[in-house]
Amino acid sequence: MNGVGLVLNFETLLVILAASLFGIFVGAVPGLTATMAVALLVPLTFYMDTIPAIAAIVTTSAMAIFAGDIPGTYLNIPGTPASAAYVGESYALAKKGRAREALGINLVCSVFGGIFGTIVLIVVAQSLAEVALQFSAFEYFWLAVLGLSCSIFISVGSRTKAFLSLLFGILLSTVGLDMMSGAPRFTFGVPDLMAGINFIPVMIGMFALNELMSYYASKSEKKTISIVDNDSVFHNVPGHIKRYWRNMIRGSSIGTLIGALPGAGADIAAWISYGVGKGRSKESAKYGTGNIEGIMDASSANNSGISGAWVPALVFGIPGDSITAIVIGVLYMKGMNPGPTIFMDGSGLIYALFMVFILANLMMLPIGYMAIRLSKFFILTPSRVLMPIILCFCIVGAFAINNSVVDIWLMLIVGLVAYVLAVNDFPMAPAILGLVLGSVVENNFMSAMLRTGGDLTSFFARPISAGLGIAVILLWCSPLLIKAYRYQQHKSG
Amino acid sequence: MIITNHSLKAIFASSIAAAVMTASGSALADYPERPLTLIVPWAAGGGTDATARTIARALEEELGQNVNVVNRTGGSGVVGHTAMINAEPDGYTIGLATGEVNMMHWLGLTNLTYEDFTPIAQINYDFPGIQVAADSPYETLEELLEAIRSEPKGTFTASGTGQGGVWHLAFAGFLMDQGIPADQVIWIPSEGAAPAMTELVSGGIDIVPSSVPEARSMIEAGRVKSFAVMSPERIPSFPDVPTTNELIGSSYQVGEWRGIAGPKGMDPEVVATLESALEAAYNSDTYQGFMSQQGFGTEWRNAEEFGQLMEDMDSVFGEIVEQVGLAN
Repeated sequence: MNGVGLVLNFETLLVILAASLFGIFVGAVPGLTATMAVALLVPLTFYMDTIPAIAAIVTTSAMAIFAGDIPGTYLNIPGTPASAAYVGESYALAKKGRAREALGINLVCSVFGGIFGTIVLIVVAQSLAEVALQFSAFEYFWLAVLGLSCSIFISVGSRTKAFLSLLFGILLSTVGLDMMSGAPRFTFGVPDLMAGINFIPVMIGMFALNELMSYYASKSEKKTISIVDNDSVFHNVPGHIKRYWRNMIRGSSIGTLIGALPGAGADIAAWISYGVGKGRSKESAKYGTGNIEGIMDASSANNSGISGAWVPALVFGIPGDSITAIVIGVLYMKGMNPGPTIFMDGSGLIYALFMVFILANLMMLPIGYMAIRLSKFFILTPSRVLMPIILCFCIVGAFAINNSVVDIWLMLIVGLVAYVLAVNDFPMAPAILGLVLGSVVENNFMSAMLRTGGDLTSFFARPISAGLGIAVILLWCSPLLIKAYRYQQHKSG
Repeated sequence: MIITNHSLKAIFASSIAAAVMTASGSALADYPERPLTLIVPWAAGGGTDATARTIARALEEELGQNVNVVNRTGGSGVVGHTAMINAEPDGYTIGLATGEVNMMHWLGLTNLTYEDFTPIAQINYDFPGIQVAADSPYETLEELLEAIRSEPKGTFTASGTGQGGVWHLAFAGFLMDQGIPADQVIWIPSEGAAPAMTELVSGGIDIVPSSVPEARSMIEAGRVKSFAVMSPERIPSFPDVPTTNELIGSSYQVGEWRGIAGPKGMDPEVVATLESALEAAYNSDTYQGFMSQQGFGTEWRNAEEFGQLMEDMDSVFGEIVEQVGLAN
């Protein structure tokens, strides 16, 4: 266990602490995202040793994903895309004066999910990576379709509007250089649009800017949560865990699995887990009205997804999400080549890495608790002061992801469009998922068709692909099947 | 009071004059007097990014100024390279240009060509390899090529970059060099070598002609085997991978160059300062150590030779793009 010494030293522990605070700050500020936080760390990690460098990234990403729930709860603005799936749920709870309770259970589920994912990483990384390697374009196609379908099935209100919102997102995803043909689409001669529309400025526009505009449109000074919440952070946690521990385990398992798939990250994990949770819950009608169950499903899933993404990254050097894509680069720069040798080289680095994961997730409890106590700031600060500050961070966040001014314009335009859509009761979340998954669906479909010469039956030719395909089709037919069943019951009864 | 006011004005005026003089006349002598920006047209965490950050760190030591790496990604490199040529040619914004400069305009993606750049120095060259899954039925390059020749068109699929990307064109050029039509193997576009590696292992495709270091973790995991590398000599960190020249006597060697370049119209003195600083940075232990550890190829060309390489490769890629049928 020479890994212990690599972790339990002053430098590493200090880095973990600093990274925790950095991650909490970035996650809690609307407009700044976890991926951006990690990208900002890259130049710094250059000057650190391997283990502190990795510790900084692990801690920052885990903290930021949790902290994304804080502005989601208080302001209905998710701090990171991974919180978008259940922002409505926690905001509804906050309006009932249960903001801290919502964040408390959120925090515990995040820690649980993170540690669950880490244990999976330690115990079965190699065999799980084998499963992930079975996924080819056919399987990814179905998985992405499943994610898109979930976004409609879990939306509150009109499904037609949710579907239209999804189509808007998919339309945005077609902008840029088409990977398959290499042809530019909807770029209007602007070089920056060749890169396509990055979902981060869009998310900032859709959630943060939209929320800002509706604040100024509503004129009433105290539109945000009127009840000053003094409820306890952890008081109700044991009760919730006792009732809904299955949701935590299920959410964490789904999160780890989806995280382990190359290319699918914490955001998709949160959506699918929330969707599955709603489908399996006895009280699914309560979803969307401030339901603790939905929060538990999704917040365990997004943090376990973060750990799960390291499975293919460590075993095969293949990124599981946008964060591990950066991590692999840092590992290479540190001369720690990801791949099977990392488990066998006897330097103890891998054990040190596991310890960093556990430590980072445990640190989340005290630091997250502090953050929740401090987040009263969102209520105490007068909105007329808070809103312009958020706008500044939105602009910084939109610019920083690609160092591009075009992204600021994009954020502003999307914000305006989103405001019009939101006023007319269109949900925003399906559009975000459409933008993230639209190109995944398209590219995998095209890739599969190219190599099979356009044979559609090939989507059912491989076992995992066929299984996923049948699940998707059943999901699509479920409203009809349920109606038919009820009709039968009605007739016979 | 009046005197003070007057003297203040005098100081103010003279300092402005001094500032103007420094800015116009003697500025070059002091170059660089503030931090530099190095634009990288590829994402943080990738191989090009790592190369850029390493050379930036070595360059900092030579110039005594910070060199900040800024990633401008997307559009197969169009975005970042466009940002490079649109920068002020004052020597404070330079970029890590990559071989895509010689491909993008042939594909009709942009109007920018190598002539829009001021070449400073080439620092790296990576050659394509021929990788297949470990459980592939073919044991040698010769067997694979024979099968590609004899099986019907479209039996084999390959991947590793987008449509018209470097490994696509390099591999198509190799097939043509072997007397095989470029479209005999179907190219499946992907976002890069890493996703192509998963497709290769999951059985979705047959060949990944990426550079050998990009396949390293999969080779070490025993999932992928590399038949050959299309380079003049074996790569020191992969001594077991033979060259195509050894195996089949092919001298076709087209790969990806990376070098430091700036926008057109840079002052020759600034270019000379950067060129000599880069030569020292290139030879530093920081850079050489990192590159050899990664298995990335090092190749030095000064400003003039680098400009010549860009010009030569432009016609090479133009011909391949034409033959593959991607010309626009």
